[in-house]
Amino acid sequence: MLTETDWSTITLTLHLASIVTVLLLIIGIPVAWWLARTTSAFKGIVSALVALPLILPPTVIGFYLLLLLGPNGPVGQFMQWLGLGLLPFTFEGLVVASLFYSLPFVVQPIQNAFESIGSRPLEVAATLRATPWERFFYVALPLAKSGILTAAVLGFAHTVGEFGIVLMIGGNIPEETKVISLQIYDHVEALDYTQAHYLAGIMMLFSFIVLFALYSLPKNRPIRYGA
Amino acid sequence: MNQFKLLTLIILTCLSISPSQAHADNALVAVASNFTLTMKKLVTQFHEETPHTLRVSFASSGKFYAQIKNGAPFDLFLSADQLIPTKLLSEGYAVPNTQATYAIGKLALWSSDPNKVDPMGNILKSKTFNKLALANPKLAPYGFAAIETLEKLNLMESTKPLWIQGENIGQTYQFVRTGNADIGFVALSQIQNHQELSTGSMWEVPNDLYSPIKQDLIVLKHGENNAAVQAFLNYLALPKTQKLIQSYGYHTEFN
Repeated sequence: MLTETDWSTITLTLHLASIVTVLLLIIGIPVAWWLARTTSAFKGIVSALVALPLILPPTVIGFYLLLLLGPNGPVGQFMQWLGLGLLPFTFEGLVVASLFYSLPFVVQPIQNAFESIGSRPLEVAATLRATPWERFFYVALPLAKSGILTAAVLGFAHTVGEFGIVLMIGGNIPEETKVISLQIYDHVEALDYTQAHYLAGIMMLFSFIVLFALYSLPKNRPIRYGA
Repeated sequence: MNQFKLLTLIILTCLSISPSQAHADNALVAVASNFTLTMKKLVTQFHEETPHTLRVSFASSGKFYAQIKNGAPFDLFLSADQLIPTKLLSEGYAVPNTQATYAIGKLALWSSDPNKVDPMGNILKSKTFNKLALANPKLAPYGFAAIETLEKLNLMESTKPLWIQGENIGQTYQFVRTGNADIGFVALSQIQNHQELSTGSMWEVPNDLYSPIKQDLIVLKHGENNAAVQAFLNYLALPKTQKLIQSYGYHTEFN
């Protein structure tokens, strides 16, 4: 039913989405915490920057990331100056592009969760001599648990479903950057609709199970930023 | 550092003179999506007959252009037109004297309904269709050929309100295949499999109604001394390979 290439795209996609989700949480939690607590004038700018990938079409983001990260782009030249390789057309490049693309899906639910805690539990903890770090790790994080879970699931699912940006940055290279969505595209272009239907069916089923599990969790708030 | 370099050099030398590596090489080939079906077949046969390995990426020629200019590691590029290979050559991304026409596309007016399109294409005049799908003439050579045909037949004005434009020829095919457009100008290669119409009805547009849709390949700087690329180019020139390409609905320059 599924070819060897189909399977390799599935493993590659899951591999990519797992790495991206972990990194997104590492980056997203501090950003969300800062956004939720700050009164800085930069809050508006940072929020807008984080939300930007929601608005730009993925192929457009992909095109500009390609220019930015390519050998003639500022980031690409900096990477070369550091002696590191170029990012486009590599797995690492896909990771970077996906981080950027899925960031709002992770930051916003966590930020909402932090904001809904309010300052009172943290103040109470402070009167009990909890340091700022302790307040964050022992009070804020546990209370924001369901928001973080939502963020992780959305970040993962959104990365699995990417197309335009990975086609542009990844170059659709077998075993390196060819993810499920690109394989479906190849099947459709090769007029092999049956094979495309199988893979798309698997993707749908997977997404349904993930979202169903998420929505079935007890005491879960509705997701504000759906994919 | 020097020792490390020396070691790398020794390893590389050993690899290059070991018997299995002496002949077999790897190449990464960028192929315009309209050639996907044919290319998959070609690559399967090429792998059976030679020790080389090709890995193939499919996307639109315009995307490949942007990617190659930004350092994509492709060795060989099979474009959907002649313009992009020429541009890549003049901008220094391709190897001079390697540009060649590997296929010439044929235009067809097609419907997924077996009784819709008559063999003379008179349906275009009859207006018994809801929509006419064609590829965006600015982006896709097949779209441009469709416009040329309509102009020659003096049908631009009468059909224009019924046009729906696909981003590329693949999307145009989908409009017709799914029945959303009754008829559409598609590539013969999309609807013909081993010289037979797979489904529906069609009119093969005569050659004199549009300029040839030449698809060129070019060797990229990255693949300049790649043995697999060389072997594949030789393989493409074989009469039986040309026959195979023709059986998928293209003309070829030779034979």
